[in-house]
Amino acid sequence: MYAVNFLLLSAALFSIGVFGVIARRNAVMVLMSIELILNSVNLNLIAFALINNDIDGHIFALFVIAIAAAEVGVGLAMVLMIYRNRRSIALDGLSEMHG
Amino acid sequence: MNALIFAADVNVAQNVGFYIIAAIMLFAAISVVSTKNVVHAALWLVVVLGGVAAQYILAAAEFVAVSQVMVYIGAVMVLFLFGIMLTRASIGDDTDVNNKGWAIGIPVGVAFFGVLAYSVIDAFEDTVLVDPSGAQIASATTAISDGYLGDYLIPLIALSFVLLAAAVGAIVLARKD
Repeated sequence: MYAVNFLLLSAALFSIGVFGVIARRNAVMVLMSIELILNSVNLNLIAFALINNDIDGHIFALFVIAIAAAEVGVGLAMVLMIYRNRRSIALDGLSEMHG
Repeated sequence: MNALIFAADVNVAQNVGFYIIAAIMLFAAISVVSTKNVVHAALWLVVVLGGVAAQYILAAAEFVAVSQVMVYIGAVMVLFLFGIMLTRASIGDDTDVNNKGWAIGIPVGVAFFGVLAYSVIDAFEDTVLVDPSGAQIASATTAISDGYLGDYLIPLIALSFVLLAAAVGAIVLARKD
């Protein structure tokens, strides 16, 4: 099996996640797109571990999984706080600095 | 002769499994970023995360696959569903889940994929992965724990502080008072 299989799949997942971050207005859906991006990076790390026959990729992937869990926890708490203050989680309504 | 070597080199089941799972994952990922229903997006995200875990198993990373299932499908998705329930009044399609200028994301995503695909193919075109059905995986979990308690001990401790800070911060942010 070729290494580019895994790398192209994760590139596609990354691009889809970037599209989601740009296109979505709902803050929870933007967080989901960020999860797609983080998972594509993990897939890349595992593929590189297999290419180099080295275990360090697995270790970094587990670090990324832990950081992603912390990020989702804090992100959703922020979304809940914004929802309580504004009754909306639309991201384009959040800019309060009108120049 | 060449074909025989090729057939012995390539694990057919691994390739077939990869393409089937990859197709499912891409469809589910596009559904995550294109569906109008927030709950459906979360459920499609479960399919993507499960597909990633299956790819980890194909790539001989069983420990990471199990961690992925437990952390993402077990914990993160529950957080997402709670977040959706707590921030959303109506069940059903939302008309305004996308920004006004959402279409600009399509050329950005396509261009991004083009650059990434070009560089990946340029760098790893001929790299063939070792067949992971060998014996060296049996010690992968041992090697991971050796790494965590050896070279990566300081980052592991720092990570535990990050998780503690995230838990405390989430409680402080979401608390009502």
